[in-house]
Amino acid sequence: MAARTRPRLAQRQRRRISRAIQYTVAAAVVIAIAVFADWGRIADSFLQLDIAAGMFPAVWTAFWNTIVYTLLAFVFGMVAGVPIALMRVSAFAPYRWFAAGYVEVFRGLPALLVLFLVGFGVPQAFPGIQYPGGVYGQVAIGLGLTSSAYIAESVRAGIAAVPKGQVEAARSLGMSHTRTMVTVVLPQALRIVIPPLTNELVMLTKDSSLVFVLGVTTATMELSKFARNELTSSANATPLLVGGLLYLLLTVPLSILARRLEKRGDAR
Amino acid sequence: MNDSTLDGPLVRIKGLHKHFGDNEVLRGIDLDIAEGEVVCLIGPSGSGKSTLLRCVNLLETPTEGTVTAAGHDMTGPDADLDAARRDIGMVFQHFNLFSHLSILDNVAIAQRRVLKTPRAEAEAEARRLLAEVGIEGKERAKPAQLSGGQQQRVAIARALAMGPKLMLFDEPTSALDPELVGEVLSVMKGLAAEGMTMLVVTHEMSFAREVADRVIFLDGGVIVESGPPAEVLTAPKTERARGFLHRVLHPVD
Ligand SMILES: Nc1ncnc2c1ncn2[C@@H]1O[C@H](COP(=O)(O)OP(=O)(O)OP(=O)(O)O)[C@@H](O)[C@H]1O
Ligand SMILES: [Mg+2]
Repeated sequence: MAARTRPRLAQRQRRRISRAIQYTVAAAVVIAIAVFADWGRIADSFLQLDIAAGMFPAVWTAFWNTIVYTLLAFVFGMVAGVPIALMRVSAFAPYRWFAAGYVEVFRGLPALLVLFLVGFGVPQAFPGIQYPGGVYGQVAIGLGLTSSAYIAESVRAGIAAVPKGQVEAARSLGMSHTRTMVTVVLPQALRIVIPPLTNELVMLTKDSSLVFVLGVTTATMELSKFARNELTSSANATPLLVGGLLYLLLTVPLSILARRLEKRGDAR
Repeated sequence: MNDSTLDGPLVRIKGLHKHFGDNEVLRGIDLDIAEGEVVCLIGPSGSGKSTLLRCVNLLETPTEGTVTAAGHDMTGPDADLDAARRDIGMVFQHFNLFSHLSILDNVAIAQRRVLKTPRAEAEAEARRLLAEVGIEGKERAKPAQLSGGQQQRVAIARALAMGPKLMLFDEPTSALDPELVGEVLSVMKGLAAEGMTMLVVTHEMSFAREVADRVIFLDGGVIVESGPPAEVLTAPKTERARGFLHRVLHPVD
């Protein structure tokens, strides 16, 4: 007993010392920044209230477009991603191969490149092609393709997490493979993947800042592009702060929600 | 489709073998079960009891041999397994209730989705079955809110909802606290009294003695003994069965 308690105490002591060191270093860094930073200059660059006020109410259009682009891409991602996930677990091998290839491609390509492909590559290869909803259709597909690959992977993991006994019970009642998937497996899998899907929504909110490459007008501009334009016209960084805060207004609640849902999932 | 003869057995298993890779779990099983018969399957862990049961409704595909059950040629090339399984109810050790559905939906869902029974009708039937297994006032609850004994009784009602001709039970009380075993066994007893054909894997020797028409002792993937409970359980002929029964009935010494 005694031999066991002694190294344990030592370990606790070591941990206390290491923590004290880390606190000291952190405090030193904070103090250094406070002392050496040019606060007046920082305030001049980021906290020009009149510039911030001048962004309103126009910024709300951009804010709204960010939400719309995010949701459009997410809806496309779900509509394409869930069937891809089902194909990945299909008994029919060609479906599995296609789905695996699809996921590898769109997870491996940068979202920016896919957006370019959809916005410029495809129209060039297929002249006369029209996306439904113009730029909105391009965004839904351009960002949605990348998103669908991630969503498919999440949903596939969710399907794998549904206990085998659930499938056996359904099959023993005479449900077909497809009926079992739709009635029993998918509803449980989607419940399991709500937290990762919420995270995907956070990622998409940020990825919507790539939409500018499609060439946007004042009416279709999203938050990042708007903030950048204001940055140029005012020659001041305040618009970046405002834009950033508006992003956080969207992403922080989503992150909190995701964490809540994850905790609830663990409890079950 | 229906190739049963009226006077033939409800289950006929012939030359059944099942391998998992190199592991030969079932090594030639022949077994007939008559309509209305209750057969209890006993045997040591790993002897292949679950595998045999799951070969009856083809949850496991036999490596060799034929199975006909409830009028369906289960191993035939044109077998419609989904249709066949509607006539064969199964109850699992761990209940396997659909965790996302309410108790009522658990019992009604297969009627609605498989038989396309109108919702109101399916739910009325589900309520009737739930009352029959002694579950009332829990229709809106989720499975996790019920005790194990209650869950297993719901699982029995769920299987009965398809109007099966044959019921398979795989250790239905093994996952239950001892004080909850009785309520499930009494539902099964009632079912047997109504004339249901049942194949039951169990370690409940008193249930086997009281309810079974026949007890089968499986060991090493073969049927070692088969006969009325009075014979197999009280005067086993083989040393293997004697040893097993001794261990089950006197676990302490
Ligand atoms: N899906 C499977 N894949 C590989 N091996 C399996 C599989 N299912 C069962 N087995 C093996 O088959 C053998 C018999 O298993 P089975 O579950 O039929 O035994 P059992 O008599 O039901 O035992 P228990 O009383 O423990 O439930 C075991 O050795 C088991 O490891
Ligand atoms: Mg078993």
